[in-house]
Order: sequence, then structure tokens, then C-alpha cells
Amino acid sequence: MKRRLLTGNGAAAWGARLANVDYVPAFPITPQTEIIETLGSWIDSKEMAGRMVTLESEHSMVTAAGAAAATGVRVFTATSSQGLLYAMEMLYTVAGWRAPFVMVNVSRGLSAPITLEPDHNDILAARDSGFLQIHAATCQEVLDSVLMAYRLSEDARVRLPVIVNLDGFYLSFTREPVEVPKEDKVLSFLPPFDPENIRFRASTPISQAVAVLGGGPYSYFRYETHLAALNALSVFDEISVEFGRFFGRSFDAVEAYRTEDAEFVFVMMGSFATKAKEATDRLREAGWLVGLVRPKLFRPFPKEHFLKLLKGKKGIAVIDQNISMGKGGVLYTELASVLYGSLDDGPVMASFIGGLGGRDISSEEFFEIAKVIRRAAEEGKAPPPRLLYTEEELREMRKLQVIANAERNQAGKRVGKKDE
Amino acid sequence: MSEETFKSVKDLPSTRLLCGGTPMCSGCGALEALHEIYDILGKKTVFVNAAGCMTLLSIYPFTPFRGSWLYTAMASAPAGAQGVRDALDILIEKKQMPPEDDLQVVVLTGDGAAYGMGLSSTSAAIDRELDFLYICYDNEGYGNTGQQFSAATPHAAKTATSKGPRGYPGYKKDLFSIWAAHKPPYVATVVGSEPLDLAKKIEKASELKGPRLIIAFSPCPTGWGFDPKLSVEIGKLAVKSGVWPLKEYIDGKVIHTKIPRKRVPVEEYLKVQGRFSHLFSPKRNEELISEIQARVDAYWKEVEG
Ligand SMILES: Cc1ncc(C[n+]2csc(CCOP(=O)(O)OP(=O)(O)O)c2C)c(N)n1
Ligand code: SF4
Ligand SMILES: [Mg+2]
Repeated sequence: MKRRLLTGNGAAAWGARLANVDYVPAFPITPQTEIIETLGSWIDSKEMAGRMVTLESEHSMVTAAGAAAATGVRVFTATSSQGLLYAMEMLYTVAGWRAPFVMVNVSRGLSAPITLEPDHNDILAARDSGFLQIHAATCQEVLDSVLMAYRLSEDARVRLPVIVNLDGFYLSFTREPVEVPKEDKVLSFLPPFDPENIRFRASTPISQAVAVLGGGPYSYFRYETHLAALNALSVFDEISVEFGRFFGRSFDAVEAYRTEDAEFVFVMMGSFATKAKEATDRLREAGWLVGLVRPKLFRPFPKEHFLKLLKGKKGIAVIDQNISMGKGGVLYTELASVLYGSLDDGPVMASFIGGLGGRDISSEEFFEIAKVIRRAAEEGKAPPPRLLYTEEELREMRKLQVIANAERNQAGKRVGKKDE
Repeated sequence: MSEETFKSVKDLPSTRLLCGGTPMCSGCGALEALHEIYDILGKKTVFVNAAGCMTLLSIYPFTPFRGSWLYTAMASAPAGAQGVRDALDILIEKKQMPPEDDLQVVVLTGDGAAYGMGLSSTSAAIDRELDFLYICYDNEGYGNTGQQFSAATPHAAKTATSKGPRGYPGYKKDLFSIWAAHKPPYVATVVGSEPLDLAKKIEKASELKGPRLIIAFSPCPTGWGFDPKLSVEIGKLAVKSGVWPLKEYIDGKVIHTKIPRKRVPVEEYLKVQGRFSHLFSPKRNEELISEIQARVDAYWKEVEG
């Protein structure tokens, strides 16, 4: 096995290349573009087979991806942020077609205000679409996730599209050593796509994605898709065992770090969880019994994994790198719904919002979070949700506001003068 | 090119490949055109459809098509066609599918999608020289949602969103020229009530490769307000009055395939439709009727030179 220094985007491209994808519908957007540029140059130089086509929008890109998958070829595509939202109508549509393919999303905060830096509101907007979701935290995981995703997506018990998510900048542009598996090994783990009855052919005409009349058939097909997504839980565990056998490293649905004897647990997704991991070590050195739980699989939601890992814990701090306006952290809400009524004497839960638009989360903040959750456990009362934001940041923000106000007043005066 | 196949109406196929029993309104001019088109295209086709009346042709578990069908969304049927076409090519290239199993990829949308929401995905598919046939059935409005005006609605027509005394204030967009400006292999207008002209054009289109468009003028009793039995007559009147020119764009030139030498007054076409009734009652709107006539005259003056 070769180790190469790869960015997260490079690792995603390698995943697609090793998966021997037939078709890559594409559209550029920062911080994803490097993925399609890399694939494009490999295809141009014939280092990689496959066909790439640049569409005029992500809406069309996902339509073409779904249509090609529904015709029976292996499809890869990638997007980010505004692109994912632009394609949203088609995410639901092609998942309803049960078209199996893999899409990489490089997370980036959503407009407005417009930014290039990451958080998870883009990918979480696709939460209910029918796409399964795998969230990577390292460049190695990006490559591994793409291979896992094809197995999961094409499995006859699942047959749903899968999104592999990685964080913009922190992963997309960060180089890490990545083990790139040998092609023949990947081929045995991930044989060519067998579309079985997924196809359009003259000799076997078929209608796909037809309309239904009434709630009866509609409910049936929608719930069937839900059940297929739930099937993906055990299928994922199955594939994960095989993955370990083939490549000598595990790929579990949920990562548990120093949780066994932990009293307090951080729960986080994506690359920022590596900051929590680091903080966990520091807190352990300071005598705190803390651990970290990080779901890689987010759809389907790995409920049983969570229950097993969180049983007997005193407190859980969920740090959400997203915000549902008028509600709060999405992962917190999801986890609360899983824990409620499932564990006797369940742990106390606290919600934190951090890392929006790429804002860093410092080690001190993890110490503070640990304090808050310990106090909450002692008092037996959940604390109010909190935004991670320092006084220093607020001071800087106030300065910007002062400038903005001054500018506005100046502009007002200029306009006033003209009128005279 | 075997333009010879259809020399007279007697040569037209009577196969009726498209089954009956669909939920389209009686007298639907779009369905009439589709029947005729499908008989010529045949079942080695996959129809990629956008939201509109025709979406309801295939309702689980039935379809009137002998061939294949994929419903996409309102904006992106041409992108769906791209995915299917590319996948078929890949499968043939990799010998995972025999070439006999290949399909003609046909986009089927209304005017709302073709002139408006889907225009960006259409233009891009032409840029990419996608090998597909686009059939736009033009009922001059968003029919499926209750005939609101679209970019294909003619001047002065009453629609669900232009109910004032002057009807729709805009003018029908020239989709034919927009397509022609992309210099594709073929663009043509047809109407179901001129089946011979239609058959010749469909045959010609299906023998060419690349992006090809057929705009089928589609009298719509429900949306336009006329008795379903007049559907064919209104289609004929649209041609005879010069409102709907039958033409094609091929090899960089526009050719009119049927020039109405003695055009009937546009009024004859207008007055049989509820959507233009405000031009005649309670009071005749001479100004608007003359304006519509003058525009038609100007068009043909330019054609006839
Ligand atoms: C994105 C989106 N917006 C709106 C609609 C609602 N809608 C369904 S059919 C339709 C009208 C389509 O008009 P046209 O293409 O002319 O087809 P027709 O209904 O006339 O057959 C509209 C607006 C939709 N399906 N999708
Ligand atoms: S509304 Fe018009 S176009 Fe739609 S089915 Fe009825 S007649 Fe045909
Ligand atoms: Mg219409």
C-alpha cells in the first residue's frame, strides 16, 4: 500500500478513481473544484477511464448523475454549499428514483452572509432527502468513505445515493499522509457495478419515476425508501468488517475515543472533532474522565451505536457546527430524540454551537464545555444552549459595526449633499 | 434522407403505438401531436419528461408508452437526457449492452419548461451537442397548474394570471429563433392538425444526430376555452391565418414548409376561443385585433420578401 501526501479533495478524487467510476457530471464551486479538476486531468491524460461532462448548474448535474445511475453506470459527482442547495430539488428526486451513486460534498457555510469557510448547514439541509450521509474527519477517511459509500449505495438491500462529506479548507486543502490502496485490492472489495434491473434498454422497456395518485402509493414508496435507509445500518456494519479485512484499518459507523471509562462525552461530527480529540487528551492529563463520540454515519442515524456508547455516562456535550434557526443544534436534537426514554437514568445533555463559518474552537473552550457539563450533571439540570463566542470576538465585531455605521452615515451625508 | 416515406396522408402510419385511456382532457392538441409523433419515432425511445400535463401520462402502474420513460423535474429534463444518453454510450462502448438495445433519447416538455424554467439546461445541452430530440408541446401557458401565462402566451390572451381587459401584456417568445441561434442540426414547428407536414419533419429529425427541436402547437380546449371538438379546426386555423408558421431550420437556413398564400383573417382564429372573447365582447376591441393582425402580416411580409 502506498502512502501519499493528499489533500481531502485529492483523497476524494483518488476514491473515485479507485472505484473505477464510469461517469462524472461536474460543476465548479470553491472549495470542491480541485476534485473535478483532478479527475478531469486524469481522464484527459487517460490515467483514468471514465467520462466527465460539465453541466451548467448543480441542479442539472444531479439530474444527469441520477439519470445515468438509473441507466446502469457507476457515477461520481461532487459539490459544496450553494451548489448543494441549488440541486436540492434533484437530491430528493434522484433518491426517490433509488438511483445508486456517490456524491462528495465539501462543507461550506451558506449564504447569507456569503462565506467560503466551513460549517455543516449545507449538508444538514440534505438530511431528509433520502441520500445517506458519511462524514469524514481525516483525508484517509475521505478516501475510505468513498469506497465504503459505493458498496453501501449499490447494495441491493439499500440502493440509495450516498453523500460523503468533508469540511472545506480544514480537510479539502489540508495535506495528510493517506494510504492509497492497490487497484486490484479495491477491485475485490468493490467489484464493478452490477445494476441488475436498473436500466433503460430497447429490449426491456421500463418507466421510472412515474407519478402516483393519492396518498396510498405515495406513502408506500416513501416509507419503502425509509426502510431501505434503515437497512443501511446493518449493511454498513457488514461492509465495515470486510473493509477491515481488506485494508487492515477499521471503518466503524461511529468512532468512540476514550469513552470506556469516561463520565463525560463530547459528541461532534467532521474534522473539528479532531480538535475535541486533542482536548480530550489534555483534559485526561488534567484528571478529567472525558471521551469523544463521533458519528461517521449520519444517515441512517446509528441509534444503537450511540445507545451502547452513551449508556451509564453522566453528561454529554453536543457541539454542533450548524444552527437550525429557531431551534438550535441539529445533532443535539437528533441525539436527544434517540436518548429520550431509551436509557434509564440517562445522561444530562448540553448543547453548544461552535465553528460556524469556520470559526475555530479552542482547547480552553473544550475545558469550559467540560466544566459546564459536569456542573449540569451535579445539579441534574440541563444548561441553556450556548454559542461558542469569546468576549474578544465580540469586541472585534463591535469595532466592525462602528466602522459600518460610520460608513453608512458618511454615505448618507454624500447623498444629502447631492440633493441640495 | 428518405423524405419520400410520407408523400401523402395515405402513407401515414396507423399503428397508434401510444395507448388510449390517458387522463388528458378530451380534444387535447398536445396528445394529438404526441400520438402522431410516437407512431413515427417508435418504441425504441426513452422519453425524459418535465413537469406538465404530460407527466400524468404515466401514473403508477400504467403507461401508454411501449418504450421507456423517465420523469425528472420542471427545469432539467435536458440534463436527464444527457445522463441517459451518456450512460447508454458508455454501456455500448464497454460492451455491456448490445447496440441493438440503444434508444433514441427524447425530451418531452411543455412550453413553460421549454421557453422558461428549462431554457438554461436546454441551451447548455445544445452547447454540448447532446444527441437528443426535444419535443415541446406548446399550449401557450402553464396548463397543468390552471393555464397561467408563460413566456409562450400570445399577446392579449386571457389566462388565469392575465384576466384584465387587455389580457396578457407580453408577446410570445420566439423559441424557434433562440434554438436556431445555437446552430443545431434541426428545428421545426408542427401542429397535429397537419399530420403530413408533421410526419415529414419527425422523420427528418430522427434521421439526424445532435440536438433537435420540434415545437408542436397544441390547441388546449381547457386552457384556451373552446369546445374539444374544435381542436383540429383551431389547429388548422392557426396555420391558415398565419398565426402558427410551419417551418424548419436546417443547414443554417429557415424554410417555410407551408405558406398560407391567402391567409384568413386572424379574427377567424381568435373569435372561436374563450381566451380572446374579451376582444369581441362586450365591445369589439378593434385596436388590439388590428395589432395582432398587423404583427402576423409583418411576419409574412418578411417571409415572402
Ligand atoms: C420547480 C417547480 N415549480 C413549479 C412546479 C409546478 N408546475 C407543475 S406543471 C407546471 C406548468 C408547466 O407548464 P408547461 O411546461 O407549459 O406544461 P403544461 O402544464 O402546459 O403541460 C408548473 C408550474 C413544478 N412542478 N416544479
Ligand atoms: S390542459 Fe390542455 S394541454 Fe393539458 S391535458 Fe388538458 S387539453 Fe391537454
Ligand atoms: Mg404549457
